[in-house]
Amino acid sequence: MSNAHSSHGEGDFGASVKSYLVGFVLSVILTGIPFWSVMTHSFDHTTTLWIVVAAAIVQIVVHLKYFLHLDFSKEGRINTFSFLFTALIIVMVVGLSVWIIYAANELMM
Amino acid sequence: MSIAIKADLHDAHSAEHHDEHHDTSGNTLFGFWIYLMTDCILFASVFATYAVLFMNTDGGVSGKDIFELDFVLIETAALLVSSITYGFAMICARHQKKAATLAWLLITFALGCVFITMEVYEFHHLIEHGNGPDRSAFLSAFFALVGMHGLHVTAGLIWMLIMMVEVIKCGLNNRSITRLSCLSLFWHFLDIVWVCVFTVVYLLGVL
Repeated sequence: MSNAHSSHGEGDFGASVKSYLVGFVLSVILTGIPFWSVMTHSFDHTTTLWIVVAAAIVQIVVHLKYFLHLDFSKEGRINTFSFLFTALIIVMVVGLSVWIIYAANELMM
Repeated sequence: MSIAIKADLHDAHSAEHHDEHHDTSGNTLFGFWIYLMTDCILFASVFATYAVLFMNTDGGVSGKDIFELDFVLIETAALLVSSITYGFAMICARHQKKAATLAWLLITFALGCVFITMEVYEFHHLIEHGNGPDRSAFLSAFFALVGMHGLHVTAGLIWMLIMMVEVIKCGLNNRSITRLSCLSLFWHFLDIVWVCVFTVVYLLGVL
């Protein structure tokens, strides 16, 4: 991600195109599954909910790996760790807010 | 056509400068990545707001009544394809293929415009039928969240236009490649945010 000089060989060109294509095909599948399951009502409510949420989480990981090239290599590690830290903050901000507000709603019913 | 001819001239020119070392490009990208992480937290708080407010429809429409999944699927496809076309632009840029870079950037730009046009149409349609952001807390949160993503995409499109002009005028030197890499992070990041938007807002809203 940070090195504009390293890539010149034709083999490397093919490899990066392939990596994007793999990411793209996976994303199409992971977008298709949740849309299909919601639009056709093939499963009951809870199953669909889990399919949709799971597909989204896997798709985010696919995007991070194949499009944003996050990895645990020496140069890329700092990006990955700053993302993981942000993910922790997000889980706290979103998860705890939703938990608190929904609990408060229930208590006021 | 003139772009292709100019590209040949510039290729020779920029190849000479390509070996110049630019030590700050890694720092620039890391700095931009940190900005994106703060943007992530901004989006997360708006998502939290939406999650808290989406049931408060004030007797008006809910997600089930107004969301059309076929429409959202086309929007999603446009953004997803634009992500891979930007990836191709980036690969071409790293290999000093100026004409190809510009062509892929143009395709990405067009797909981004399709997305924004569809979103503006959706918003206009909703407001016209009296379901504007002032109707209920649900609609306020919906317009804020989807609108914020739309504004980011618009900013990305303006940035892409500027980058196309820069690549035409200055060629693919280290500085423009660093800038294209920052835009690449931004564009792929917006696609990830959209995955969350169509999952949380549209799919779970219709469910």
